[in-house]
Amino acid sequence: MTDSLTLPRPVLAADGPDRLPRLLPAAGAVPADLGAHLDRYGSLRYAGGPGRLVAEVAAAGLTGRGGAAFPVARKLAAAAEAKPAVLVAGNGAEGEPASSKDRSLLWISPHLVLDGLQLAAEAAGSDTAVLYVQRNPRLHGRLAHAIAERAAAGIDAARIDLVPAPDRFLAGQESALVSRLTGKPARPAYRPAPGLPRLAPGRTALVQNVETLAHLALIARYGAAWFRLAGTEAEPGSMLVTLHLADGRASVTEVPLGIGLADLLGLDAAAGDAGDGTVPSAGGAARAVLVGGYHGAWLSAAEAARLPLANVALRPLGAVVGAGVVAALPADRCGLAETARVARYLALESAGQCGPCFNGLPRIAAALDHLAGPRPDQRARADLERWAGLVTGRGACHHPDGSVRFIRSALRVFAAEAGLHEQGQCTGTNPQPFLPLPAGRPASDADWS
Amino acid sequence: MEKRLRVNPVACAGHGACAELLPELITRDEWGYPIVADQPVPRGLRREARRAVSNCPALALALTRVA
Amino acid sequence: MTGITHTTALWYASRATGVVTLLLLTGVLLLGILVNRQGRLPGLPSFAVTGLHRNVSLLAVAFLAIHVITAIVDPYVTIGLAAAVLPFVSAYKPFWLGLGAISLDLIAALILTSLARARMSRRAWRGIHWLAYAAWPLAVVHSLGSSSDARSGLVLGVLAGSVLAVAAALAWRLSRAAREVPLAARAAATLSHMSARKADLR
Repeated sequence: MTDSLTLPRPVLAADGPDRLPRLLPAAGAVPADLGAHLDRYGSLRYAGGPGRLVAEVAAAGLTGRGGAAFPVARKLAAAAEAKPAVLVAGNGAEGEPASSKDRSLLWISPHLVLDGLQLAAEAAGSDTAVLYVQRNPRLHGRLAHAIAERAAAGIDAARIDLVPAPDRFLAGQESALVSRLTGKPARPAYRPAPGLPRLAPGRTALVQNVETLAHLALIARYGAAWFRLAGTEAEPGSMLVTLHLADGRASVTEVPLGIGLADLLGLDAAAGDAGDGTVPSAGGAARAVLVGGYHGAWLSAAEAARLPLANVALRPLGAVVGAGVVAALPADRCGLAETARVARYLALESAGQCGPCFNGLPRIAAALDHLAGPRPDQRARADLERWAGLVTGRGACHHPDGSVRFIRSALRVFAAEAGLHEQGQCTGTNPQPFLPLPAGRPASDADWS
Repeated sequence: MEKRLRVNPVACAGHGACAELLPELITRDEWGYPIVADQPVPRGLRREARRAVSNCPALALALTRVA
Repeated sequence: MTGITHTTALWYASRATGVVTLLLLTGVLLLGILVNRQGRLPGLPSFAVTGLHRNVSLLAVAFLAIHVITAIVDPYVTIGLAAAVLPFVSAYKPFWLGLGAISLDLIAALILTSLARARMSRRAWRGIHWLAYAAWPLAVVHSLGSSSDARSGLVLGVLAGSVLAVAAALAWRLSRAAREVPLAARAAATLSHMSARKADLR
């Protein structure tokens, strides 16, 4: 992770001014200080106390925006009941390399996140909370300043501590975050029983993604009915999405859930399939679309053009909304090669704790690398399938499962490509890597702390 | 009341004592790690299951009740 | 020729069972190191290592009990029941016997926590189990100081052999642990192993 904060410019989504954007300013990327924040949203109304808030959130149907889409009201209710007071943590680790929505939100609208953190702390009955953020000095400075502004204005009931997250894919995994908060390395923990993650014997934690907290702050002000003005019945509200267009342009934009992927990427399916499996999009011809990030799934460009950004429509094709990454693969790239690069990264990001994961993922990545080359041995395909079956569900966290979902989708969507590779051909004419990955990954235990 | 065997994958180091003591329900994958059958432990195997649990040097195997 | 009196028999019994206990404790420690490093005994299944470790420890406790009881009952030396578990309260050689008492207390903790293993947290059980590395040397030093037997011949040989065996096993354990791949590097190690064998992906 470099020290400079490269932020994509937010783009206004095509929707009515009284619905979107909610979390980001209408235009530009100017960070909002406390005064600007209060001007736009008004002061936070702790309307009726924690019990009333939980009911409002339940009516709103807010689900987590960190990838798992867990109903927020259930977590808040569990936290409210837990004794002693639960530790509340805002998760801004954003370990997904292709996602920049959380740090964009924290940079531009920190006070929405901090409002949400205060609300969650009040619901949990706690007087301290933690904001867990990527290790970036500028971002930390900005957040520390925002926290100090609020302290000076005396508007916060709970004290907020900033905790740096290690620069790893799994650093934002819920139990890894909790591990880090107890002073141990940020590695996922085994959790045999469902419920709030354990911090220590008798103490649990409430973890919410920072975007979720921002939505919480607005539901507290404007109510459940307002929240439901955007999105669908089953998946209400808006979401921040990190868009990667086929020409390499990346941006963070706020969209209603259920928006067509075609609208997001400018996919023009009506223009007719060019006969080579590509579809025109904003930024050039697109071969495939990755939805949900590196634990998400590929869709062919034609499939994507017909689908909305909604779990109910994506699940039957093995895809998920996840943390809102939507990337169009340019026509001149080889999907198998891109997937193999990412698979290698995912294997190296294993925490090294569970045998099936640190044995299986590297083998799967090596097999995929082989399949992405010319005239691969077909045993690699059979081995890959066997290993994929062996790692699923056998780790302490879902890293193997998510990685396998991503890789299996590549084998489905790029089946024709695989056929070409067997004959020594490849549609990829551009060797430049497309999907973003961090450079230089040293592997020492200190990197997990 | 049903009981199921659960492996703590972080604690498990692939010793394999469990698979030796309860081959009816536990096999080892190609790297030595246990694959536990996805079914409740039949009453006739409960004693062997408890033995497998107590013999795990890593304390990684547990017999849990499932409602 | 003097006959073997009642007291002499008890005294011999105590010393003999003491030596056997020490041998068994050495065996338990060696087996414990083997369990920890997932070692195997040739020709035996892997659960045999954990099973032997456990059974030999119970046998050691049995001999330890006889060793202590015969010493207490023997009227030749004044060792009360309290001296078996409380260090340094014995009238006879309080220091050396005291070390034995401490060792016994630690062994009792090891056995009791292991019997109740399912009811404790893994970390707590492991923490207490490390006390084995205190219990064993205390038993050795207790042996050296408590009886003149230990200064000569067979018994000294047994003690020396035990110490050498444990030292060798510890050295083996430490060298294996030092060569173990740290968590953060495990996946990378597998990946480079796979790249080195590109032709055969198994």
